[in-house]
Amino acid sequence: MGAIRTLLETYDVPAAFWMTVKLTVVSAVGALVIGTVVAICRVSPVGVLRAFGTAYVTLIRNTPLTLIVFFCAFGLLNTLGLSLASAGSPTEIVDNNFRFGVIALSVYHASFVAEALRSGINTVPQGQAEAARAIGLGFGASLREVILPQAFRGAIAPLGNTLIALTKNTTVVATIGVAELAYLMRGMIEFNPSLLYAIFLLIAACFVLLTLPTGLLFTSLSRRLAVQR
Amino acid sequence: MSAQAVLFDAPGPRARARHRIFGVVGALVLLALLLLVVRGLANPENNQFTAQKWAPFLDPETWTSYLLPGLLATLEAAGVAVVLSGVLGVLLGLGRLSEARPVRAVCGVLVEFLRSVPVLVMMLFVYYFCIFVLGVLGDTSTFVGVVGGLTLYNGAVIAELIRSGVFALPKGQREAGLAIGLTPRQTLLTILLPQAVTAMLPSLISQLVVILKDTALGYIISFSELLRGGTTFSTVYGNLIPTLIVVAAMFIVINYALSVLARVVEQRLKRAPRTSGPVGGGAAPTVPGLDAATQVGADSGAFR
Repeated sequence: MGAIRTLLETYDVPAAFWMTVKLTVVSAVGALVIGTVVAICRVSPVGVLRAFGTAYVTLIRNTPLTLIVFFCAFGLLNTLGLSLASAGSPTEIVDNNFRFGVIALSVYHASFVAEALRSGINTVPQGQAEAARAIGLGFGASLREVILPQAFRGAIAPLGNTLIALTKNTTVVATIGVAELAYLMRGMIEFNPSLLYAIFLLIAACFVLLTLPTGLLFTSLSRRLAVQR
Repeated sequence: MSAQAVLFDAPGPRARARHRIFGVVGALVLLALLLLVVRGLANPENNQFTAQKWAPFLDPETWTSYLLPGLLATLEAAGVAVVLSGVLGVLLGLGRLSEARPVRAVCGVLVEFLRSVPVLVMMLFVYYFCIFVLGVLGDTSTFVGVVGGLTLYNGAVIAELIRSGVFALPKGQREAGLAIGLTPRQTLLTILLPQAVTAMLPSLISQLVVILKDTALGYIISFSELLRGGTTFSTVYGNLIPTLIVVAAMFIVINYALSVLARVVEQRLKRAPRTSGPVGGGAAPTVPGLDAATQVGADSGAFR
C-alpha cells in the first residue's frame, strides 16, 4: 500500500484518470452520432448510401486503431494541415492531440456502433416494419417512429460492449502523447521500475473502476429496456 | 427482420426519381469530401502523389527488408498469441465451469479482471516485467510483451466464449451424459466442450481479427511489426502517408479474408448442424442466467 501512496503523491493520477474519462465520454458521443448515420445509410433504399455504409464498416473495422490514430495525427494534422486548435494558443499541441485522438476513437468505434444498431434493427420483428408501411409511413418516418426506438432498446447490450471497448481503447491515443492512464503508466514505470507491480495494479484498478460499473449498468439496462415480445 | 427491403416499399416512379436524386446528392457529397482529401494530399508544398513517394514500393527491397519481415513478425506474434490464448482460454473456461466453488470463483475473478484491463496496459506490464524483472532486453522483450499482453486478454475472452457456448447447449446434453454414467468432468470434456467449441467457431475466428489488429499496438513498445516496419521504411524516403496507406491496405485485406472465413464457417454450420446448440448469429435463444454481455459476444464476436 505504501508504494501506491507514494505513486499517488508523486504523480497526478486523478488528472490522467480524468483525461481517460473525457476521451471516453466525448468519443462515445461522436461514435454514437457517426455510427447512427452509418447504420441508417446501410439500411436505406438509396444504393449509393448503402454502399457507403458497407464500405465504411468494412474498411474501418479491419484497420487497427493505432493506424487510424496515425492517419488522424500525421495525415489530417501534419499533411492536410487541418488544425483543430486555435493557432498560437499555449495549449495548441495538447489540444490538437486530444481532439484528433477523439476523432480517431469516434471514427473507429462508429463502425462498431453501426454494427450494434444493425443487430438491434434485426431484433425488431418484420411485422413492425410492415405495419409502419401499411399505415403509410415512408422510410424516414418508419425508421424514426417505429424501428429505431425499438432497435436502440434492443441494441443496448452490444452498445454497452462497444462503450467498454472504447474505454479501454482510449489507451491507444497515448501514441500521440495524450496524457491519459497508459501514458502515465509508461512514465511511472520508466522512472520507478522497482514499483512495477504497484503501478500495474493502480492503473488496472482505474480501468476496472471504469469498466465494471459500465458493464453492470448496461446489463441491467438491457434487461429493463428490452422490448418485451 | 432479415432483409432491409422490409423497411421500405418497392419504389414507384416518384420514389425512384427521389431515390435517384438522393443517390446523386450523396455521391456528390462523398466525391467532394474525397476531392478535398486528395487536394490536401496533393498540396504543392508536400505533394503525396509524386512518383518519388510511390516508386519505392516497386523496389523489391522495400518488401524484402521492411514490409514483409514486419508482416511476418505480425503474423508470428498473432499466431503464437492465438495458440497460447486458446490454451489459457480453455483452462479458464473449464475453471469457470468447474464443480469446485473455489476454482470457479478464482477463475471468475481472473477472467473479469483480465477482460476489463486494456490490452496495451497488459502489454506494457509484460514488456517492462521482461526488462526489469527477468532482465531480458531487445527483440525478445518486445515479442514477449506483445504475445503476453494479447494472450492474457484474449484468453479471458475465449474463456467467456467457451462458457457461453456450454451454457447455450440444451440441458438434455449434460443430463444424457450423466445418465449414461459419465462423471461430470467426462460429460464436460467429451460431450459439452466439443459442441460448444463448434458452435462458437465463427466467434473464435472473428477473435482472430481482433488479435491481428491488436498486434499493431506492439508499435508502442517498439516491437518490429508491420506498422513499425512501415514507419521505419518511410523515414528513409519521407513517404509516411503512402506507407500508411499501403500498410492499412495489407491489414484490411488479411482481416477481411478472415471475416469472410468466419462467415463461411457460420453458414456451413447453419446448413449442416452437427451440434444441437445454436450456431452463430441472431438465432441464439436467450438463456436465462447468462449475462447479456456474454450473449452478445456469441452473437457477433464483439469483444475488442
